[in-house]
Formats: sequence, structure tokens, C-alpha cells
Amino acid sequence: MGERLYIHRHSVVHSLPSHVKIIAVLFFVLVVVSTPITYWPAFVIFLALVIAAATAGKISIFTLSKRALIEVPFILFAVLMPFVGTGERFELGPLNLYRDGLLAGVSIVAKGTLGVLSAVILSTTTTAREILRGLERLRLPTIMVQIASFMLRYVNVISDEMERMKIARESRGFDATGVKHWKVIATSAAALFIRSYERGERVHLAMLSRGFDGELPHTESKSVGAKAWVTALVFPTLALITSLSFKMNG
Amino acid sequence: MHIPDGFIDVPTSVAFAGIAAAGVALSLKGAKSTLDEKTAPLAGLTATFIFAVQMLNFPVAAGTSGHLLGGALAAILVGPWAASLALTVVLLMQGLLFADGGLTALGLNVFNMSLIGVWVGYASFIAIKKILPKNKSSISIAAFLAGLISVPFAAAGFVLQYAIGGTATFSISQVLTAMLGTHFLIGIGEGVISALAVGAVMASRSDLVYGYKGSQQVLETRVKE
Repeated sequence: MGERLYIHRHSVVHSLPSHVKIIAVLFFVLVVVSTPITYWPAFVIFLALVIAAATAGKISIFTLSKRALIEVPFILFAVLMPFVGTGERFELGPLNLYRDGLLAGVSIVAKGTLGVLSAVILSTTTTAREILRGLERLRLPTIMVQIASFMLRYVNVISDEMERMKIARESRGFDATGVKHWKVIATSAAALFIRSYERGERVHLAMLSRGFDGELPHTESKSVGAKAWVTALVFPTLALITSLSFKMNG
Repeated sequence: MHIPDGFIDVPTSVAFAGIAAAGVALSLKGAKSTLDEKTAPLAGLTATFIFAVQMLNFPVAAGTSGHLLGGALAAILVGPWAASLALTVVLLMQGLLFADGGLTALGLNVFNMSLIGVWVGYASFIAIKKILPKNKSSISIAAFLAGLISVPFAAAGFVLQYAIGGTATFSISQVLTAMLGTHFLIGIGEGVISALAVGAVMASRSDLVYGYKGSQQVLETRVKE
């Protein structure tokens, strides 16, 4: 699953250590979220920075936009905003819109989109495994990292299992069309749980028999030079400067 | 559908990230004391299960479909500690890998789904189970109500966050009505499916249902012949 998202290229963005990238993305999104939408030219610069980062990472804008589609439901929600609300109204063509609603809607779409795009750049240039290692270096509790690594390791196995059950259902003529079919699907979910749990037990036994005592062996990680940090933090820092300069002039 | 970046303001997001971190730390402690070194593989596979089951679509009507959120179901099946951890990891991975839910909104989402969703679900399950007679069908009824209650409560968590630091212009009462109304309906689906799924697990491996035997249950490791 995680591997399907990663797109292998040789680029500066790909070669940066993952924890540095995670911090850079988080920093960038924080700056974006803290900037009021009324400084709209700043958002044009933010978008330019995102596109620059994608280009540096050799990801096509098409891939980037395709993966950002996950955000669509929230856009639909934001589109409603100018029509519902209170306060000052104005005419835009045939439409009668609320000014505050329009601003808030634009803000939600702009910030949400920039957040999604940044996260997509992270996951297309970093393997899921590397992201986990990065989280570990950022001091996420070991047990959480272990849970996440089990999840990544088994997600394909379990979703394939689910797919096989789906094929089995369909080859027996099952076609889910409405509420009356919930029982069949819920039973499948239960079977999936039992299979997942039993697999968890087997994995646990296999680990015990190999000497597992609650700690996973650590692979040593080399220290990260200042250069990597500087490279990664270029984008969020530029964003911060943009945001602050608008604040001072605004 | 998770909260994206920029929907709730930064101070509120940071505050809820703190609360979420504290809740997750407590869950870690609780899971370690009940599950010991089994925590990682079992919570890990539970996380995988939740992630997979959220892709399982339930047709509603006229081509629309919904999916299970799984908070109450996971709490009943593996216990609230492991369930909170599993859901937190699912949210973390969805945010980092699929950009589903903003990274700055992670604390908000964890608070609503991994803490409120799981704990309200589990607490109502235990409370309802106490009232009902002690038999297997009571477990399904309790699971139905736990699923039904947990979803609007998680939505109420969102309304609380929105009331404190929402950036949209909908009034709080509009958001409250819309969120609770739709999530009550979603909760009915969640409850029915949770109950059917718990019932099916009970039928074949009731020893796996954490909520059936209560927290005294010792998780047995079972080897297939």
C-alpha cells in the first residue's frame, strides 16, 4: 500500500532524510494555516513553493493533482459557505453571496489544498518504511512505530484477503445493493477480523520463537548533516518570510 | 472524512494535539499492562483490520454507500486501550501517506475518533451490557447501541472544536444540528454493522471478543493444528 504511493526517482527531495522532510512539511503547513486568507498573494507564493518542491522532486503536476482528489468532499462543503451565513452580502453575477462566507470558504479550500499537496509530496518521495523510520527519529513512542510497521507490513495481505472474500461472494451470485445485504458484508468484516487476529497471534508466536522480548532490534542511523536540514527547510522558511512580510505590510 | 488543514485554527489544533497526545500516552500505559509484549502485533493487526474495513463499502440506497468507522467495534473486540492505539496509528498513516486528514489537524482527528469514538463506544457498551441479561444476544444489542452512540459523540467532539476555533462561517447551532443529525443516521448504520459483526465473531470465536468476558480476560495464544 505504502509502496504503491512512492514514486522512485533520483532527486534532492528523495534523498533527504525522512524525519527532516516530515518536519519541513509540518512547518510549511503550520505557516500556511497561520496566514490569514486576506493576504491572498502570499497563497500564490505558497502554491508556487509547493510546485517548486514537486518539480525538485521530479513529480508531475498531474500525479500531484490526481492524488489530491481526496480533498474533494471538503471543497464541496466549502462551496456552500458563501450561500449560508450572516453579515454583509454582495451580488456576483446572478448570485447573492455572503462576503464572510466567501472568504472563509476560499480560506478552507486554499489551506486544505496546500496541506494535501504538501503531504502528497512527502508520500510520493518517501517510502512508507522511511516515513516510519523518520517518526521513530522524531521520538514517536517505539510501540506506536511498531504498531504502524505491522500495519504497513500486513495491509496488503489483509486487503488481499478482503478482496478474495469479495470474489468468493460474487462468484456465488452475491450483489450488494442495499441495506438487506448488510448482514453478509458485516459477516465478512467479522471473518476478516478473526483472520487478522489469528494472523496477529501467529506473527506474535513466530516473533517469540525468534527471541522477541518487546523491543525490536535497532538499525543504527547515521546522523544528519546541517546541509540536509538547510535544504529541506528552504521551502517552509520562504513561506514564513512571505507570511511575515505580508503581516508587516498588511 | 477527516478534518483537513486550516479548518480549525492553529491554537485550538495545538491544544487538542496536546490532549490527544496525553490520551494516547494513557492508552499506551493501559495497553502495556493488559497486553504486555503482545501489544505491537495485536494492535498492529487491529489497525490493519480497521484500515481494511474502512474500505469495505456498505450500500445504502440509490447507489450511495457508507463505510464503518470502527471505533466502537474495535473497542469491543480488542479492548479500548489497543483500539485507541490502533485508530491513532490508522489516522497517522492516513494523514502521512494518503493526505486524508491534515497533518496539523491530526490532534483534532485523534481526539474525535481514537479517544471519543473508542471510549464513548466502550463505556456505553459496558453500561448497557450491565443492564441487560447476561447472554450472547445482549452483547449484540450493546454493540448496536455502542456503535449508535459513539458516532454522534465523535461528531460532537468536532462541534466542540469548531465552537472553539472554527474558521468557517456557519453558526455553531447550524453545525451542531447538521453534524449531529447526519451522524445520528451514520450511527444507526455503524451500530447495525457493529452488532452484526460482533455477533458473527461471537458465533465462531467468542473468546476473541474482549467485551464479552470483561477486562479480566486473559488473551490466549492459540495455535492452529
